[in-house]
Amino acid sequence: MFKSRRKFIKSIVSLTAYSLTMASGLLHSSLVHAQWLNESFKATNYEQLLQHLFVDVEFIDSRKIKFQRLPRVAENGAVVPIKITSSLENVSKISLLVEKNPHPLIAEFYFSAKMEPSVTARFKMAEASAVIVIIEADGKFYRKSKYVKVTVGGCGG
Amino acid sequence: MSSIKIRTKYFEGQTQIRTLITHPMENGRNKDDNGQFIPAHHIIELWVDHKKIKVVRCNMAGSISRNPYFDFLLKGGEIGDEITISWIDNLGKTDTNSTLIK
Repeated sequence: MFKSRRKFIKSIVSLTAYSLTMASGLLHSSLVHAQWLNESFKATNYEQLLQHLFVDVEFIDSRKIKFQRLPRVAENGAVVPIKITSSLENVSKISLLVEKNPHPLIAEFYFSAKMEPSVTARFKMAEASAVIVIIEADGKFYRKSKYVKVTVGGCGG
Repeated sequence: MSSIKIRTKYFEGQTQIRTLITHPMENGRNKDDNGQFIPAHHIIELWVDHKKIKVVRCNMAGSISRNPYFDFLLKGGEIGDEITISWIDNLGKTDTNSTLIK
C-alpha cells in the first residue's frame, strides 16, 4: 500500500493528528480540521455529506430530542427559527442539517459538560425540506427530523 | 460599538445566554441590483467562554440567517461571572465582547 517507509510514517502522523483534532472538538480548530470543516460546509449532496460527517454510524431515532419554535410552514425561508432541547445526558455535539438546501450542513454546536443541551438559532431554507438534528451523546448518535414547508426561499438565486 | 450584543439571565440554577450579532451572513449565492453575485461573507466560528473557559463552540456557514441570534443554557453560573462571546468570519475579521451575568 505504501511505497516507502517515509510515506508510511507521514500518513500515520497525519492520521493521528486528524483523529486528535476530531476528538478534541472543543479545542480551537487546527488547520486540518478547518479544511475538513470547509469541505463539510461546501458539500452539496445530503447523502454524501452524512457519509463524510458520520463515518459508519448508526442513527437512533429519538423522542428525547425536542423541537420548539420550528414552524410547520415557514413564511420566510431567510429566517426560520428553531429551538432544540433534549433530555439526553452528556450531549457533546448538536448538528443541524436541511436536506434540500444547496449546502445541507447549517451548523455544528460543540458543548462542554457545563452546558445544558439547548440551543436556539435562526437559519435559512431554500425550499420545503426535512430539517434534521443529530445529537451526539455518550458516543451514540440520536436523530430527529421534521418536514418544513417554505413559501418564500431564502437562499438566493 | 461591538457587533455582539449579549444578554444573560440567571434563574433556577441556570443561566440563559442570548446573543445577537450584527453580520451580513452572505452565502455567495445572492445577487445585487446589477445581477452580480455578492461575495460570500459569513461567520465560520463562534465561541462562548464562561470565566475564560470555553463552553460552546459553533461552526457555521452562510446558511445561518443574517444578524444571527443564538441562545444557550449554562448549568449553574453565578451573578457576576464573566461571559465572553467571540466570532471569526471567512474574511478573517473577528470581534469579541463580554458581559457579567445579571
